[in-house]
Amino acid sequence: MTAAPAAMPAIRLRGIAKSFGPVRAIRDASLEVATGEIHALMGENGAGKSTLMRVLAGMYTPDGGTAEVEGTEVTGWQTADAIAAGVGMVHQHFMLVPTLTVAENLVLGQELMKGVTLDMAAAERAVRDLSERTGLRVDPTRKVSELNVGEAQRVEILKVLYRGARILVLDEPTAVLSPPEVQELWEVLRTLRANGGTVVLITHKLDEVVAISDTITVMRAGETVGRMATQGTTPADIARAMVGRDVSLAQREAGVRDSGGPAAALLEVRDLAVAGARRARAVDGISFTVSAGEIFGIAGVEGNGQTELIEALAGLAPLAGGSIRLGGRDVSTLDVRGRIDAGLSHIPEDRHRRGLVLDFSIAENLILGLQHRFSGAAQLDAPKIATNATSQVKTFDIRPPDSALPARALSGGNQQKVVVAREMGGERPVRVLLAAQPTRGVDVGAIEFIHARLRAARDAGSAVVLVSADLNEVLALSSRVAVMYGGKFVCVVPGSEATAALLGPYMTGAARGAA
Amino acid sequence: MNRLLAVIGALLAVHVALLFVRPGGALAEPAVKSVRVGIVFDVGGRGDKSFNDGAYEGGERAMRELGAEVTFIEPGDGTDREAGLRLLAAEGVDLVLGIGFIFTDDIATLAREYPNTRFGGIDYALSTDAAGNVVPPPPNVTALKFREEEGSFLVGALAVLVGRSKTVGFVGGMDSPLIRKFEAGYTAGVKHVCPECTVVAQYAGVTPVAFRNPGRGKELALSQYQSGIDVIFHASGSTGLGVFEAARAQHKLAIGVDADQFNEAPGFVLTSMVKGVDAAVYDAIKRVRDHTFQGGVSAFGLAENGVGYVYDANNRALIPDAVRARVEAIRAGIVAGRIKVPGK
Amino acid sequence: MRKLDEALLPPALALAIALVVGDLLILSFGQSPGAVFAMLLEGTWGNAYGLGQTLYKATTLIATGLAVAIPLRAGLFNIGAESQLAAGGFAAALMGLAIPASLPWPVAAALCTVAAVVGGGLVGAIPGALKARFGASEVIVTIMLNFIVLALLNWIVASHLHVPESLHTPEIHSGGVPRFADFSAVFRGSAANVTLVGAIGVAIGAWWFLFRTRAGYELRAAGLQAEAARTGGVRLPRVWLVTMTLGGALAGLGGVNYVLGYKHYYEEGFGSGAGFLGIAVALVGRNHPVGVIFAALLFATLSQGGLAVNAVVPKQMMDVLQAVVILAVAVCVPEVRRVLQDAARRAVMRGTAAS
Repeated sequence: MTAAPAAMPAIRLRGIAKSFGPVRAIRDASLEVATGEIHALMGENGAGKSTLMRVLAGMYTPDGGTAEVEGTEVTGWQTADAIAAGVGMVHQHFMLVPTLTVAENLVLGQELMKGVTLDMAAAERAVRDLSERTGLRVDPTRKVSELNVGEAQRVEILKVLYRGARILVLDEPTAVLSPPEVQELWEVLRTLRANGGTVVLITHKLDEVVAISDTITVMRAGETVGRMATQGTTPADIARAMVGRDVSLAQREAGVRDSGGPAAALLEVRDLAVAGARRARAVDGISFTVSAGEIFGIAGVEGNGQTELIEALAGLAPLAGGSIRLGGRDVSTLDVRGRIDAGLSHIPEDRHRRGLVLDFSIAENLILGLQHRFSGAAQLDAPKIATNATSQVKTFDIRPPDSALPARALSGGNQQKVVVAREMGGERPVRVLLAAQPTRGVDVGAIEFIHARLRAARDAGSAVVLVSADLNEVLALSSRVAVMYGGKFVCVVPGSEATAALLGPYMTGAARGAA
Repeated sequence: MNRLLAVIGALLAVHVALLFVRPGGALAEPAVKSVRVGIVFDVGGRGDKSFNDGAYEGGERAMRELGAEVTFIEPGDGTDREAGLRLLAAEGVDLVLGIGFIFTDDIATLAREYPNTRFGGIDYALSTDAAGNVVPPPPNVTALKFREEEGSFLVGALAVLVGRSKTVGFVGGMDSPLIRKFEAGYTAGVKHVCPECTVVAQYAGVTPVAFRNPGRGKELALSQYQSGIDVIFHASGSTGLGVFEAARAQHKLAIGVDADQFNEAPGFVLTSMVKGVDAAVYDAIKRVRDHTFQGGVSAFGLAENGVGYVYDANNRALIPDAVRARVEAIRAGIVAGRIKVPGK
Repeated sequence: MRKLDEALLPPALALAIALVVGDLLILSFGQSPGAVFAMLLEGTWGNAYGLGQTLYKATTLIATGLAVAIPLRAGLFNIGAESQLAAGGFAAALMGLAIPASLPWPVAAALCTVAAVVGGGLVGAIPGALKARFGASEVIVTIMLNFIVLALLNWIVASHLHVPESLHTPEIHSGGVPRFADFSAVFRGSAANVTLVGAIGVAIGAWWFLFRTRAGYELRAAGLQAEAARTGGVRLPRVWLVTMTLGGALAGLGGVNYVLGYKHYYEEGFGSGAGFLGIAVALVGRNHPVGVIFAALLFATLSQGGLAVNAVVPKQMMDVLQAVVILAVAVCVPEVRRVLQDAARRAVMRGTAAS
């Protein structure tokens, strides 16, 4: 530990319990965080990490237990109290107003006034100043809608710091970041710690926990099951504590099949171009082929056109040029439904916006995109939908196993399982699978599961396109790896040759090569 | 959830408790009255400071002077016109009055259903049969009609005699035969004293809303005043309030309608073409009390003092004596039948 | 059970608030709340005639409520029910004037109803098509269409079709539907007619459509999360067009109640705001067809009750009470609150953008 345990801990939660209707999200959770440390809160999906932190942040009133912040009892306080006391939470899902600028978002709720008008210049100065001090660099005059996800997260953190937070809670912050961005974030957190700030990090990336945290608390099934100093703990120890059994961590599989076999080309992309919001071309003339039984991994720092590429392949964004053939058939002019019918599956990168209708039940979400297969001339086939839901919930171990619950009620990992189940499960013939950030914000147990499903799809003869900001994931799964930079593939190598050392320079634009 | 239930329970308890509160004088049993009358206004009627308010005044006067018991009903929507009349008829009042030509069909229907109740319709519209003959209203209905064109004729003459311009203005509410009658009389009055003068006539719309659109009224009046017109006669319900506002703003003159509208813009209201709605209502009630009620058409013109124009202490300064004398001469001419006033 | 609680308690709270505010309003007019409420109930549910009038008013409101509720489920705000209602009634009357009097009433009524559906549907289709084609805001288009369509219809009637010295067309030749009074004399004089049965049937049909059909599924998905729906292959422009057309058709159906069930002619302004009240009905009914039926009955009761107590409390009190119900619902019902908050945020944003 870098900081000596203070006599008075920054946070002390004891015996917290919280239920939502019949669902007991937390039974008995205790957490002690010393002032000036980085504390990792780990656990599987639905273990209750986020709920516990929301109790701390005043968003939920606990049913039992006590909460203390800096020695003061605060059980059952409100969000405003928490902010006033310097407790700030950065959520997994951003709570920013997309059409406002960075500075406007930051001052929202406590606007600097000049007479009756907003003093935006002062706000921008304040933001720039804070940005300099913390190393969280963002242009305060840009609109949030124009930011990529990594930048948006920086704004979220800035927003909390702007309100004077001394205790910062980050919910799965690295899920959306590229490796260099993660390193930047660590720097920021270390700076905060050096200035006496306290950080609680909800995460499940074991290597990261080891890299950054001082202390670890592990939760399982609504209870805190372990507390350990990071020094002297191995990733395997933590993983075991989280799931209660030994797990295989994402490692490169022995004998990943390299491409180049005689398999049929299922996805052929020629000179694909997509117009971008800021750049003239977000995707600038990309050609590639993915064959049956192959996982084609696309690595790269976010915002280099991966999102637009996937949207264009899925039929969500219009092509500015080029063609897409699916199973030999030109699908360039087909809309989303046409491509689904042609055998395309798509795990979207943003499950809250694209992957799920959060207020639909699990059963309803499990047929989204397949509604034509689950209905007659007009009427939905209710028995078939119910049967499908029951079997998918079981196969994909979606918890809680109640298909009438709205997707909103599920944890992030279980939500993602619903998406994966829909896109890959059942009797759906998957010829081409687009998997965009399939394990973002998902815990270790679910990652393992999703990786297994991706491999199974490959082995069943699907062509898989995998886009991930997590380079390790791309390396672990892909038969071939492409690095995308500035809307182009700057490097395509067989999976067996791909290493972080080789690809790193391409990802940052330091190296360029012909695709 | 439970907290919500508790709040609902508490509110309901308060509600039940309030149900038993009886303020003094609430719903006191009325004393026995000489005659019981019900008046149904048109939708959005009361407060128009002209037509419906005139009926209200007539009813009030009957209460004061005749000891009548008068119930007023303001319908909430179009369906309520019939429902309002029916409510009163079913209660057994002696006379049911509908204020406005829009009641015509409803009154005709109910008069047949309640043959022993007497009905009256202000501006009741008479239909014509195939041969072109006017169909009389049912025997228990009195159609209270006005010869608005006669009053309009007088204010037309007055407008052009007082104004310094060769053009005078007219703002109508809904473009309809009834309001065309005002325009026709007004124009004839203008031409009678000044054949080369012209009238600019504009309507606020083609729907009943045109009678309740002061914004539009102001707009029309402003454009007329700005084109050099200095007197405008309006026949447009509460749309006319906008005309008065324009008159005040432009320091020009306006002529009110139906009731004395001097107070809408003191000093800028030349006169008002008063329609004796109050008198007609009062008269109908009185005849029921005196058992002299008769079905059929009662027309109120200059001769019957059913229409006229205001000349009193308020506007005497605006109307020179010579003008007053000239207009009075015209009035005598119309009453005597020497001057013919066109109705359309 | 929990779901039902969640659905019912917020509107119940809203109603309780409205009742207490109503009490205070009545007291402020120097009347006894107990007596006035008794009068109100007697005049609405206490006798067959009052009940008939209430049901008659509820019939139109069910139609306009659904016309707002179903588009809202698709994320579309249909403010045009007023003009769609008028267009439906006008089309029904035109059809009734065009067909021969010899046609038996069921056939004639069916033809007129189809005309009403087409008339309202056409007016609804315009904002739907403009949104699908150009992304035009349906809110603005429907508001503007209210003015245009009403003015156009009224001009047609005033200049070509009206009976002299009236605001209405001649009576239709055939197609009038039976009133309840034709079956039972106790309803004598009330305008309630078999259109009510049709309206309830349509509400049930709307429920089936929303929750049991593929099109309804796509419509709800589009309303809840348009991007997710699009990713799921839902063709949003088509949903917008179909939904707005459907909304217009439902409002148009409301015109049948007046034209075929009551007056047998089209009269200018017959809607008297029933289209706008449909927004309140949809909100209070929480965009659920069954909720819409009950909300329509509630507002019809307030309207008819307002007439019944008009002799002792002014009509404006009922208007205020109606506004209180709507406001209380807005405060109590979570999704309405969310919509309002979104709107407020957008307004704030516009404010900051302007400065």
